[in-house]
Amino acid sequence: MNNKIKSFAFVVAVVCMGFMACTKKLDLKQINTNNPDVAYATPAAYLQSLAKVYSGYALTSSSGPDQSDIANIDAGTSDYFRTFWKLQELSTDEAVVGWTDPGIPDIHAMSWTADNKLTSASYSRSMLHITYCNEFLRESTAAKLAARNITGTDAINIARYRAEVRFLRAYQYWSLMDLYGSPAFATETTLIGGTAPNQISRGALFTYVENELKAIEPELAAARTNQHGRADRAACNALLARIYLNAAVYTGTPRYADAAIHAKKVIDVAGFSLINNYRELMLADNHTNVTENILTINYDGLRTQTYGGTTFLTNASIGGSMSAGDYGTSGGWAGLRTTKSLVNLFPDVSGSTDKRAQFFTNGQSLEINNIALFTDGYAITKYRNKTKAGVNGSNGTFSDADMPIFRLSEMYLIYAEAFARGAAGTTATEALTYVNNMRTRAYGNNTGNLPNAAAITPDFVLDERARELYWEGHRRTDLVRYNRFTTGTYLWPWKGGASGGTAVGMHRNLYPIPNSELLVNTNLVQNSPLY
Amino acid sequence: MLKKLRQGIFLLSCLLLSVALHAQTSVSGKVLDKDNNPLAGVQVGVKGGTADAITGSDGGYTITSTKAIKTLIFTISGYQTQTLNVTGATLDLSMKQLTKDAGDIIVIGYGAKKKGDLTTSVTTVSSKDFQKGAITSPEQLIAGKVAGVQITSNGGAPGSGSVIRIRGGASLNASNDPLIVVDGVPLSNSGIAGAPNALALINPNDIETLTVLKDAAATSIYGSRASNGVIIVTTKKGKRGAPVLNFSTNVAVGTVAKKVDLLSADEFRTYVNANGTNAQRALLGNVSTDWQDEIYANAVTTDNGLSISGTKGKVPYRASLGYLNQQGLLMGDKFQRTSIGINVSPKFLNDDLKVDLNFKTALTNSNFADRGAIGSANSFDPTKTVKSASAKYGSYTEWLDAGNVTGLNGLSARNPVGLLNQRDNTGNTTRIIANVQLDYKVKYVKGLRVTANFGIDQSTGSGKTVINDSAASSYRRAVSGGTFLSGVNNEYKQKQTNQLMELFVNYAKDLKSINSKFDLQAGYTYQDFLTRNDNFADFSFNKTLIPNSTPLFAFSENQNRLISYIGRGNLSLNNKYLISASIRRDGSSRFSPENRWGLFPSASFAWKMKEEGFLKNADKINDLKIRLSYGVTGQQDGIGDYDYQGVYRLSGNNSQYQFGNTFYTALVPNSYDGVRKWEQTASYNAGLDFSLFSNRISGTLDFYLKNTTDLLSNAAQAAGTNFTNFFVKNIGSMENKGVELNVNTVIIKGKDVNLDLNFNVTNNNNKITKLENANDPNFKGILTGGISGGTGQTVQIQSVGSPRSSFYVNKQIYDRVTGKPIENVFEDFNRDGNPNNDLYKFYNPDPTWLLGFSPNLGYKKWNLNFVMRANLGNYVFNNVASSAGTNNSVFGGSGFISNAHRSLLETNFIGTSSSFMISDYYVENASFLRMDNAGLSYNAGTLVKNWKANFRFNANVQNVFIVSNYKGIDPEINGGIDNNIYVRPRTFNFGVNVDFNLK
Repeated sequence: MNNKIKSFAFVVAVVCMGFMACTKKLDLKQINTNNPDVAYATPAAYLQSLAKVYSGYALTSSSGPDQSDIANIDAGTSDYFRTFWKLQELSTDEAVVGWTDPGIPDIHAMSWTADNKLTSASYSRSMLHITYCNEFLRESTAAKLAARNITGTDAINIARYRAEVRFLRAYQYWSLMDLYGSPAFATETTLIGGTAPNQISRGALFTYVENELKAIEPELAAARTNQHGRADRAACNALLARIYLNAAVYTGTPRYADAAIHAKKVIDVAGFSLINNYRELMLADNHTNVTENILTINYDGLRTQTYGGTTFLTNASIGGSMSAGDYGTSGGWAGLRTTKSLVNLFPDVSGSTDKRAQFFTNGQSLEINNIALFTDGYAITKYRNKTKAGVNGSNGTFSDADMPIFRLSEMYLIYAEAFARGAAGTTATEALTYVNNMRTRAYGNNTGNLPNAAAITPDFVLDERARELYWEGHRRTDLVRYNRFTTGTYLWPWKGGASGGTAVGMHRNLYPIPNSELLVNTNLVQNSPLY
Repeated sequence: MLKKLRQGIFLLSCLLLSVALHAQTSVSGKVLDKDNNPLAGVQVGVKGGTADAITGSDGGYTITSTKAIKTLIFTISGYQTQTLNVTGATLDLSMKQLTKDAGDIIVIGYGAKKKGDLTTSVTTVSSKDFQKGAITSPEQLIAGKVAGVQITSNGGAPGSGSVIRIRGGASLNASNDPLIVVDGVPLSNSGIAGAPNALALINPNDIETLTVLKDAAATSIYGSRASNGVIIVTTKKGKRGAPVLNFSTNVAVGTVAKKVDLLSADEFRTYVNANGTNAQRALLGNVSTDWQDEIYANAVTTDNGLSISGTKGKVPYRASLGYLNQQGLLMGDKFQRTSIGINVSPKFLNDDLKVDLNFKTALTNSNFADRGAIGSANSFDPTKTVKSASAKYGSYTEWLDAGNVTGLNGLSARNPVGLLNQRDNTGNTTRIIANVQLDYKVKYVKGLRVTANFGIDQSTGSGKTVINDSAASSYRRAVSGGTFLSGVNNEYKQKQTNQLMELFVNYAKDLKSINSKFDLQAGYTYQDFLTRNDNFADFSFNKTLIPNSTPLFAFSENQNRLISYIGRGNLSLNNKYLISASIRRDGSSRFSPENRWGLFPSASFAWKMKEEGFLKNADKINDLKIRLSYGVTGQQDGIGDYDYQGVYRLSGNNSQYQFGNTFYTALVPNSYDGVRKWEQTASYNAGLDFSLFSNRISGTLDFYLKNTTDLLSNAAQAAGTNFTNFFVKNIGSMENKGVELNVNTVIIKGKDVNLDLNFNVTNNNNKITKLENANDPNFKGILTGGISGGTGQTVQIQSVGSPRSSFYVNKQIYDRVTGKPIENVFEDFNRDGNPNNDLYKFYNPDPTWLLGFSPNLGYKKWNLNFVMRANLGNYVFNNVASSAGTNNSVFGGSGFISNAHRSLLETNFIGTSSSFMISDYYVENASFLRMDNAGLSYNAGTLVKNWKANFRFNANVQNVFIVSNYKGIDPEINGGIDNNIYVRPRTFNFGVNVDFNLK
C-alpha cells in the first residue's frame, strides 16, 4: 500500500514537473550567431561588418559562390557587377552572349520587360547593397558606439567607416539612377520588416548623391592613403565627375564644367599615372596597379569567390578554339563576344598597332549570324586569371583579378569630353595631354597621338572611351548620353533584335522597375507607361 | 520507482531467453473457421500462460502442460478470441471472424477507439494487407491501399524514401509531408546524413498496422504538426501464450525496368556525320557503348528476419532481429540494415499501472554511388570505349583539352563508369527510437487515468567520401604551395536528437441509465528537435588540406521546440450519437514570442444509423454511419528555425573581403521576419461508413474541403526592408477539395475459393485562392520549377485560381503538314508580335484521380494477389528530352560531342535560343496504370511431421508493368519535372516465412 502511494505520488510529481519545467523553453538562440549588441561589442567587429558592406558589391552571398542573398535568379549569376555589367554592355555594340538563360537574350535584343529576371536581379542587388549600408549606419551611430563603450581612436575610425559606407550607398544610388531612374529610396531610417520606402525622382536622387558625396569627402581618407579596396577622396571625386558628366541625362541640366573640375581633382593627385602596359590592367595581380586604379572591387580565387565579377568576365569570354589554360582557368564558359562595331573602332584587329585591341579571332567570324554560337563574333581576351609574370591565379575557376570601377583613364576621358563639349575652365593643353597619355600607352609610342586638341570632338571621345574602357561597364551610359542607345542614329549588329540593327523605343534608355518590386511596394510608379 | 522499472526490464529480458518446458497433461483438437475449413496459425494457450501451441495447416493442435489444463484460450488476428473450458482430452471448435467494423480497435493518437465509435476519417491497413516483396521503407507498404493517400517513391535507389501526400498536401513552401508517429513517438521529417532516408531505418517486418488520419478532427490531436495528415505506425507486440519464433527470409533480384530513350551508337554516328562539321565528325569513336548498360546491373536484395514473441508470466513481449542487404541498380549502390526491436508490456500494482516499453534500433551501412553517372550516361558519346589506352584518369575515356591544367575538357560530361568506380561514399547511421508509456488507473477514482509517454528518437550518421586522385571528376582541383591537389578524402557527420514528453489525465464515465458514456482528456506535450552537423575541412585524396577550407566552427546546430496544451472530450449518446471536440494551444520556438501561440479547435459528430429502430432489423445493412467533422490545424514545418530573429553571423572562408593585404571574415546580418506566424488549415469532412449484404460490401465515402490560410510561402520583399529580395512569409490561401471512396468486397466466399477485392478512388482538386497583391493585373504569380538545360529557367508558376505548381510554358505551334513542332514558334496570345512573352498555364503535376485496386484470390492453401494503382491527370515536364534533345545538345560544346535524347529525331530542334524548351511540347500527360505487385503465396502448414511449425512460401513481382503515354522512363515523378530519375527496378522476389511454436 505504501508503495502504491509512492508510485502515485511519483506520477503526479512527474506531471507537475513537466508542466513547470518546459513552458519557458521556446526562446531558442542559434549557436554561432549573436544579436547586434553582442556582435558589435568590439571595434574589430565594425571592421568585419565593413567587410560585409564592401563584399556586398563583390559577392553573391556570405556563404560561398553557390549561394545567393537574392532569389529568383540563378545564385552564381546574381552578384552586383555581373548583373550591372550585363545591363551596361550586353545591351550595346560592345558585347553579346551566347547563353539562353532567362532574360539574357532580351538584353541585346532590347526587348526586355518589367518581368525580366536580369533587370530585376540587378535592381534587387543594388537595393540590397544599400540595405547593408543602412544597417551599418544604424549600428554605428555615436549613441550606439557610446552604449557599447567604443571611444577614442576606435570611434574616430568607425566614423570613417561610416563615410565609406555612405560612399558605397551613393555609388549604388548612382547605379540605380543610371539604370532605373527613380528607384525606391531607402536610408538608415528604413527599417528591416518596416514599411516599404518611398520612391525618389531621378532629379532628386541626383541632388541626394551629389550632396552626400560632397558631405562625406572631408571625412574620407585623403586620396591614395586608404587601404587597397577602400574608398578615399579620389573615389569620391571620381564618382562626382561621373554623375556631373551625365547630369544632362539625369536632371536635364548639363554640368560638364563640374565634371572636369572633379576629374581634374583626381588627375592631380600626386602619384596617379597610367601603368605602362594596357594589357596588364585586368590580370590576376592587378591590385599592384596602384597608380591607375582609383577604387577596385576586390576578388580572390580562394577567399573572395564568386561566379560573377572578373571570374565571369574571364571564363565567359573563353570558348571556341581558345584554350582555357592560356587564361589561367580550367574551363571556358563559351559566352561573351563582341560585335564588329567595336572591332572596327581599332586600326587593326591584331592589336599590333593599338594594343588595346585584344581580340581572339582564330575560328571566330567577325559577323554574327547566330548570337547563340560562340564562334560568331570575335572573342575578347582583356580579362585573364594570370599574373603579369604569366603565373596562373590561385584557383582554376575563381579569378584573383580585381575589378577597377574607377581608374585614371576614365578621369582623362571625362575631362576630354567636357573640353570637347566646351566646358568652362577646361584647357586644350590638358585635354590633349590626357588623351595622348592614353594613346601613347596604347600604341607604345607617339604614332597614335592626336596632333592637336581640335581632334578631340565629342564623337572622338565616345570612340576613344570604347577603345579604352570597353567591357568595363560604361558603354550603355555613354550611348545614352550621346543619344545613340535607342535611336536610329547609331546601329549595331542585332540592336533591337534585327541583324543589321534597328531603333527601339526611347523608354528603353531606362530599364523598368521590376514588376516583383512594384507588387510589394505600392509607393512605386513605373518609370514609363510603355513598360 | 524508476529503479523498479529498470529491474523489471532486466528481468523481462532474462525471461525472453528462458522457456520452461514440462508436460504431463495434454489436450489436442482441431480449429476450423466459420466455413469449416481448417484454420492454421491459431495460438492455443493455457490460461495462466503455462503452455502454448499453434495450429498447423490442418487446424490441429496438441497442448501439454505440467499442470492440469482447465481452460484454453484461442487467439488469431481477425477472429474473436475464444476461451473454453476443457472437458476432455480433445477440444474442437470453430472460430468466429470479427466483422470488420464491429470491434477493431483503432489507434487515433493519444488513445484508441473502437472503429464503430469513430467520428473522423481514419483508415487502417494491417500487415496482412501490406504490399509484399522487397520493401525497405515502411510507407511503401500501403502504396495504393488507402484512398486520399499518394505515395511516390523517390526512385529506385536502395532504401530510398517516398514523397507522401495525404489529400494533396496543404502548403506551398512549408512542408507538405504528413507526420509519422511510431508507437507514440512522432518522428522528425528531416533526413539523416549517411542514410538514404530516415524512415528506412524502421524495419517494415516489425510493423503490425499503419493508420492514416486524414481529416482535421482526426489529426487535430497532433495539431501543430498535422496539417498534412498523420500516419501512425504500430509495431507488432507480444501475444498471449507460449513463445512463437518467426523466421522469414526473402531474396529478390531487381532489374532495369526501362532505359532512357537515347540515340544508339549507330544513330548517333549517323546524326553527327550528317550534321556535324569535319572537326566534330573527327571526334567520333568507332565502337558502340550503351552507357546505361555500363552503369546499371541487376541488383540482389536479401532480407532476413527473426522474431520471438509471447507472454511470460503476465508480460507480453516481442523481440525481433532483421538484416537487410540491398543492392541498387546503379553499380556500387548498397544499403545494409541491421534492426532490432524489443517490446515488453508489463503491468504493476495489481495491473493498475500498465507499462509499455518500446525499443527499436537500426544500424545502416550504405554505399552511395555517384548519381551524376545517370546524367553522364545520357550524354556521354556512345561511340567511345569505356577504357582508354592511356593510364591517365584511371584509364577511363574522357574528353581532353591539352590547354587545361587538368588536361580535361572543362565543360564535357565525365565518363559515367569512371564516376561510379572512382568514388567511394560510405555512410553509417545508428537510429534509436525508444519510449516508455505509463498508464496508471488512479485507484480511488473510478474512470480516472494518468498517462505519460517519454520518448527519444536519436540518429547518428557519419560517412566518408573518397575520390581517387586519378579520377577526372576532381583531377587537379586545387593548388597548394605550387602543387596540384587531386581527389577527395572527406568526412561528414550529423546527429539528430528528438525528445518527447506527453502527460495526460483522462476521465471516463459510463452513463448506463441512458445507454451513454463520455470521456475527457487534458494533456501537455513537449517536443524538442536538435540537429548537429559537424564541419570538416576539405582534403585531397592523399589527405592534403585544400587551401582555405578549415571550417570556422567545429559544428553547427539547429534546434526547435513545440509545446502544446490539449483538451479533448468524447460523448456517446444512447450509442447512436457520437460527439467529439478538442482544443489545443500550440507554441513553436520558430515564431517570435508575440506570434508564437496558435489556438486550434476541432469538433466532430457521428450518427450510428444502424442503431436506429428503422435499420436495426434491416438485415441487408450490417452497418451505416454518417460522420461530420471540422477542425483547424497549424503548420510550421519546413521553415527556418530562427527566422524571426535579427542576428549576425560570420561569413564563410570563401566569402571574406580584402582590405589592404588582410582578408576579413565578414560580420553578416541575417534576413528575418518578426511577424511570421502559424499557417492554418481548416478542414471540413463529411463521411459515410457502410457495410452491406452480410458484410460482403463495406467501405467508406468521404467528402473533404481544406482551406489553408496564412500560407507560408517564399514571397517578394519590398527592396530596402530585408537582407534579401525573397523570404518566406504568410501570404495567401489555398484549397484542396475532393472525394474519397474506399470499398472492400467479398466476391466469392466458398469452401475452397475466396475472392476479395479492395478498391479505392480519390479525386483531389487543388487551387491557390489568394496570393499577396493578387489584385494587381501585372501579377502573374510566383515562378517556380527550375529545370536543367538553361541557367535559371523555370516552367511552373504559383498563381491565383490555378493548382499549385501549374506548368507555365509557351503554346507550341506545329507544322500543319508534318505535325512536327516548329522550333521557337509559339502562340502569340496577346498579338504583340513577340511570341516569347505569352506563357500560359498548362495542367499541373498533381493527379486529379488516384485509383487503387487490390484483388486477392484464395484457393485452399494458395493465395494470389495483385496491387494496381492508377494516377490520372498528372503531367510531367520531360526535362531529359528538353535538355538533351537538340542539335545544340550534341554539338554545343567545343571539343566534344554529346549523345541526344531520341526526341531530337522527331523535333530536329537546333536548341540555341532561350525559349524552345519553355514549351508545352515537353509537358506530357503522365497518367498511368501501374501494377505495383503481383504475388503468389502458399501456406504449407507444418510441412514436417511433428514439427509445431507453420511454413508459408511466397513469390512476388514488384513494379510488374506500367501503362502510360509518357515517353520518359517513369511517369511517376515528384514535382512533375523529370530530370534523370533513378530508375525504379522491376523486382522478382521469393520468400519463406516460418512460425515455430516453442513449447
